[in-house]
Amino acid sequence: MTTDVLIQVRDLTKTFTSASEIHALNGVSTDVRRGEVVVVIGPSGSGKSTFLRCLNLLEIPTSGTITFEGVDITDPKVNINVHRQKMGMVFQHFNLFPNMTVLRNMTVAPVELHRKSKQEAEAMAMKLLERVGLADRANAYPSQLSGGQKQRIAIVRALCMEPDVMLFDEPTSALDPEMVGEVLDVMKSLAKDGMTMVVVTHEMGFAREVGDRVIFMDGGKILEEGSPEQIFNHPQNARLQEFLSKLL
Amino acid sequence: MQAWFESLKADFELNFIQGNRWKFLLDGLGVTLIITLLAGLLGVVLGVIIAMIRSTYDKTAEGARKTLGRRLFGVLDKVCRVYLTVIRGTPVVVQLMIIYFVIFASSNNGTLIAALAFGLNSGAYVAEIVRGGIMSIDNGQFEAGRSLGFNYVQTMRFIVIPQAMKNVLPSLANEFIALLKETSVAGYVAEKDLTKAGDIIRSRTYSPFMPLIAVALIYLVLVMFFSWLVGKLERRLRNSDH
Repeated sequence: MTTDVLIQVRDLTKTFTSASEIHALNGVSTDVRRGEVVVVIGPSGSGKSTFLRCLNLLEIPTSGTITFEGVDITDPKVNINVHRQKMGMVFQHFNLFPNMTVLRNMTVAPVELHRKSKQEAEAMAMKLLERVGLADRANAYPSQLSGGQKQRIAIVRALCMEPDVMLFDEPTSALDPEMVGEVLDVMKSLAKDGMTMVVVTHEMGFAREVGDRVIFMDGGKILEEGSPEQIFNHPQNARLQEFLSKLL
Repeated sequence: MQAWFESLKADFELNFIQGNRWKFLLDGLGVTLIITLLAGLLGVVLGVIIAMIRSTYDKTAEGARKTLGRRLFGVLDKVCRVYLTVIRGTPVVVQLMIIYFVIFASSNNGTLIAALAFGLNSGAYVAEIVRGGIMSIDNGQFEAGRSLGFNYVQTMRFIVIPQAMKNVLPSLANEFIALLKETSVAGYVAEKDLTKAGDIIRSRTYSPFMPLIAVALIYLVLVMFFSWLVGKLERRLRNSDH
């Protein structure tokens, strides 16, 4: 692991003002270094998903800065679309495009954004499909796939843009228990290849095994962060101790 | 029975064969088709544009900065709302006559004016159909598109609109069928469309049965043919649904 900082988050706050004011994030600061796997854990409503969605500006932060590869992407003058191409995202509910084949799902962005020719993109997509064992489903539609297959496709779809960081928003929460393993395996192999990853998850086993650093959030704040060993075996924060005791 | 058949035959000859009166129907059919096609085209273009403006304004309401562009966009949205209210709140015949006798009083290209009037009318209905289609697409689809690096317009074009259009196709076909039949009031502004053609024959032969039934049959066949066409298209688009 190098010490090169890929994403720098400073004093991030997010307030939702629909019906009543909800302070989802209350001053979050952290760094994500290149090649690092950061796992974010915490109870429901702790702000961990909002934090992740702020990283590629799917949620516009209320205040604070996010510096990605040296550029403050919270600046309204920055063209966020260019930077999003470098940040792959995987959603809880897969969000594959139901009207496109698996192959088209994967190639639509690189081709239509003129990052690659159709042939190049398809060659790359096929290579990635082989890697996750789904090459035979290239011409299937998402509705013909199982949940685990859909999520593996969603991961390689994001990889087709050759991102510098992958953001995972509870990637296994909507899956049958039997299918969690196949998705985690893909994520593990990604981590082993040195991909920078920020993962919001309830899979503590994954956090322990793959995470370089674990962040515990509650009430829109980072209450504790450290190595998996530190967080799981020697938790300092009382709220974290309570959270972990309920899990085990 | 024989006598009844003979009189039917005589009626047919009187209304369609004598004086080549069938030509009225043929010409009328042409006018009806031209008005419908032009109006349908204008309606879809107008409708999609308005649907885009309205749904974009609603979708981007949260967290929008109150810039000048945003305010102008708000004005545009208001204009669209007024258009929808006025068009959907008044009868198409009245709109047609206002456009023909008031706005384009000095023009004499009745077919184009009628097409414009019906197109403006249809656009309002298409706009609401398409907007419903756009709003029915799960926001996750939109977010997936944006997260891959598509900008707003590209996400709409490549991800949302194709799915929305597929969902609204039956409603759009319905609107087109309604439009085809609505053009039958074009006679109000002296357009010799299919309905008017039947009426002209009737006024010459004083025999209402044959021309009116013929006109009705032609509309029916047109609608059935179009429905069949749309059914085929729908089955092709349903490929991904399995």
